[in-house]
Amino acid sequence: MLKFIVRRLMQLVLVVFVLSILLFAWLRALPGGVVSAMLGERATPQSRAALTEALGLNDPIPVQYLHFLQRAVQGDFGVSTGVQTGRPALEIFLERFPATIELSVVALVLAISLAIPLGYLSARRSGGVIDNASILGSLVGVAVPVFFLAFLLKYWFAVELGWLPVSGRQSIGNATSVTGFFVLDGILTREWDAVWDSFKHLILPGIALASIPFAMIFRITRASVLDVLDEDFVRTAQAKGLSHRVVRGRHVMRNALLPVVTAVGLQMGLLLSGAVLTETVFNFGGVGSALEEAFRERDYPVLQIIVLVAAIAYVLVNLLVDILYALIDPRVRP
Amino acid sequence: MSMRKSAPLAAAAAVALTLSACAESERDGSGGSGGEGGGTFTFGAAGAPEVFDPFYATDGETFRITRQIFEGLVEVKPGSAELGPGLATEWEPSEDGKDWTFTLREGVQFSDGEPLNAEAVCANFERMANQNEAAQSGPAEYWAYSTGGFGEDSLYDGCEVEDEQTVVISVKRATSKFPALLSLSSFAMQSPKALEEGNANNVKTQGQGFVYPENSKNPVGSGPYLFEEYDEANKTVTLVRNDDYWGEKAKTEKIVFKIIPDESTRRQELEAGSIDGYDLPNPVDWQGLEEAGNKVEIRDPFNILYLGLNPESNPKLKDVKVRQAINYAIDRESLVSSQLPEGASAASQFMPEAVKGYNSDLEPYPHDVDKAKELLKEAGAENLTLQFAYPSQVSRPYMPNPQKIHEAIANNLEAAGITVKATTKPWNGGYLDNVDAGQYDAWLLGWTGDYDSADNFVGTFFGNASANDFGTVEAGYGEQLAEELAEADGTVDEEERAAKYEELNKKIAEEYVPGAPISHSPPAIVVSEDVEGLVTSPLTAEHFDTVTVGGE
Repeated sequence: MLKFIVRRLMQLVLVVFVLSILLFAWLRALPGGVVSAMLGERATPQSRAALTEALGLNDPIPVQYLHFLQRAVQGDFGVSTGVQTGRPALEIFLERFPATIELSVVALVLAISLAIPLGYLSARRSGGVIDNASILGSLVGVAVPVFFLAFLLKYWFAVELGWLPVSGRQSIGNATSVTGFFVLDGILTREWDAVWDSFKHLILPGIALASIPFAMIFRITRASVLDVLDEDFVRTAQAKGLSHRVVRGRHVMRNALLPVVTAVGLQMGLLLSGAVLTETVFNFGGVGSALEEAFRERDYPVLQIIVLVAAIAYVLVNLLVDILYALIDPRVRP
Repeated sequence: MSMRKSAPLAAAAAVALTLSACAESERDGSGGSGGEGGGTFTFGAAGAPEVFDPFYATDGETFRITRQIFEGLVEVKPGSAELGPGLATEWEPSEDGKDWTFTLREGVQFSDGEPLNAEAVCANFERMANQNEAAQSGPAEYWAYSTGGFGEDSLYDGCEVEDEQTVVISVKRATSKFPALLSLSSFAMQSPKALEEGNANNVKTQGQGFVYPENSKNPVGSGPYLFEEYDEANKTVTLVRNDDYWGEKAKTEKIVFKIIPDESTRRQELEAGSIDGYDLPNPVDWQGLEEAGNKVEIRDPFNILYLGLNPESNPKLKDVKVRQAINYAIDRESLVSSQLPEGASAASQFMPEAVKGYNSDLEPYPHDVDKAKELLKEAGAENLTLQFAYPSQVSRPYMPNPQKIHEAIANNLEAAGITVKATTKPWNGGYLDNVDAGQYDAWLLGWTGDYDSADNFVGTFFGNASANDFGTVEAGYGEQLAEELAEADGTVDEEERAAKYEELNKKIAEEYVPGAPISHSPPAIVVSEDVEGLVTSPLTAEHFDTVTVGGE
């Protein structure tokens, strides 16, 4: 097991290295860039030239990359040229990260807690009302783009009805930031108003973002439970006269959950792409909206760190899924 | 599972709403609801501020904030583009227009208790003029652009303390832009002590970006508000009233700038009451916003949208008749009425009416397709093909919807027999670079003035003969025009100078024809019905100290 983990971690280093090269080259190959973004339409050719020179943008891209790598191994991932000019990109990332984690956790918990029971119920009463309604719901979840759903939710529940905040993470003046996880911060400082306020800000984006993993987890749970229900060992267990609870818990769910775990893991990786859109619609100050802002302003250092860390997180989550998988099902243990 | 017969998403929404419905009454509408002592004005900002040292800033979102904290020697009179007293109550040029004597306002202190005196003013100017290499290459862009650069290149010649309240600032040559450029937010006066303690000039390059010194995070000015906090996680900037302000104290206790990059979200926040206003509402929203009870304040236009023409990329454009033909081909009036907001007007020259030197005798080129065709024929350019570009992913005050404006103009050109090859690039994604590199035959761009000076418009466009987007040298008149502009700019007598610019504007429109001035559009700012006392500025440079919210 340990050998397996070490091997995977070494793969991770390779993946990140290759990705960083591709990313660096791709960003620099994009038309336009930081010079226009910083100077705007007033820029004279002289000032463009001076800025290009000062930022080392005249060097060949491989040379620029080597400089980047040299600094990166020392923990310097560059400073923002857009989102918050002059601040280290890593600092900006770390500051925005809790928001995205908070949002993703809400979305994932929401999705899992709805999708797994519904998937199970749908399978048990396949063809019934719950089943049909849930399938329809999951189809909507897959088919409707997350930003559109986000926009609709915002329009109805925040703008028209005024039940929930339109955007942001907290009402102004409500924050005492400790960890950057606002709900947790509120609990730590015992500011219950702030907890509730932060939670309210999470509801709509949380639902919008949950629509992606919900649909996938529901369908996989349903299919998987259907498969397992058909298995001989379930019939045997039932024939032995075991209670429904035992059959359901020990026999059906335990076996049916295996593919679901994988699906959840994969969905966690996909959450970031959903978060870019959801956070942008709700002006939720996380990594997703930072990514969008950085792209608009051609803020390369911030773009780089976000994409790289997202990639690392994705690989790590997958590793975690594999370990979890092995724990649930001894047969796949390496 | 108790939720039956409902689609899971609806169920999820229902759960959330049940949870939230009971909190409805708690909804605090953080903005607007004026608390004790004057309340809070909450403004939706379209972007995050760059740095809080305005000297190193180049963007409107930063200046919107620093303008409330800092003041310049010269300010723009509220509600107009005219210069008025700021920290200097009056100023007088020497006969040759090179030495300017400023009389400073008595009894002004920076918020750290330092006095505003002649010495402080000189400390500021010396600081601005003496930037290190890193700052000169980009961050001190406004100084470089406004004064021509640093050292020998700079317009600035020195600063001298005459007495406690009198200071003489010298420039190397008389120019229409001095002292107007002192009204720029970048050149506002900062506490010399704070500059020194914050190591203000210590800009460094780090990797492919710039790192700013401590001073840029702790602005210390003399204005009606003090900087309190930039909450980066919550994306808000908070200012509080300066109770020791020398003038009339600010009406609200606090201003909060809430950073909301998406325009439709800003609108919704205003509708939901969580902000009290935002800048540059999309013209298509103006009516809806007003119907919802908000106040859409339309400013006087202080900008120009033009079609640039580049004879370097298309040699047929070297013939002035071709450039004139393009001017005749464009139906400005119908463009203005169909594509631009209320209050927009067709342009006859490359500057708006409010600027001294505007020639009010000039009429916009009439829409005359036959004339255009005739001129093209005379020039032997009947088969003219133009690569005509517009920017995407952008909306500027002078150009709310670039694509639609492009479409309308392209249709006009085609009606005159010109073949148009449309092309586009994102604003920051190559458009500005390509215009600068002369890659388009024709392109859309514009400009909002920094201050009331003809040089800030026509000088910006055509003053640099060797490097401008219009290829004026290639077209054969570049050197001459640049000389004429320099001469007008250097004329000391204001009336005489205005007359020279008027004459030049006529020449540019009729003889040189570097492009086609199209229109002037009024940018708007919107505030909720509770907001009173906002004085709009044609330069979009509003001061918020006169604003009240909800009668507080």
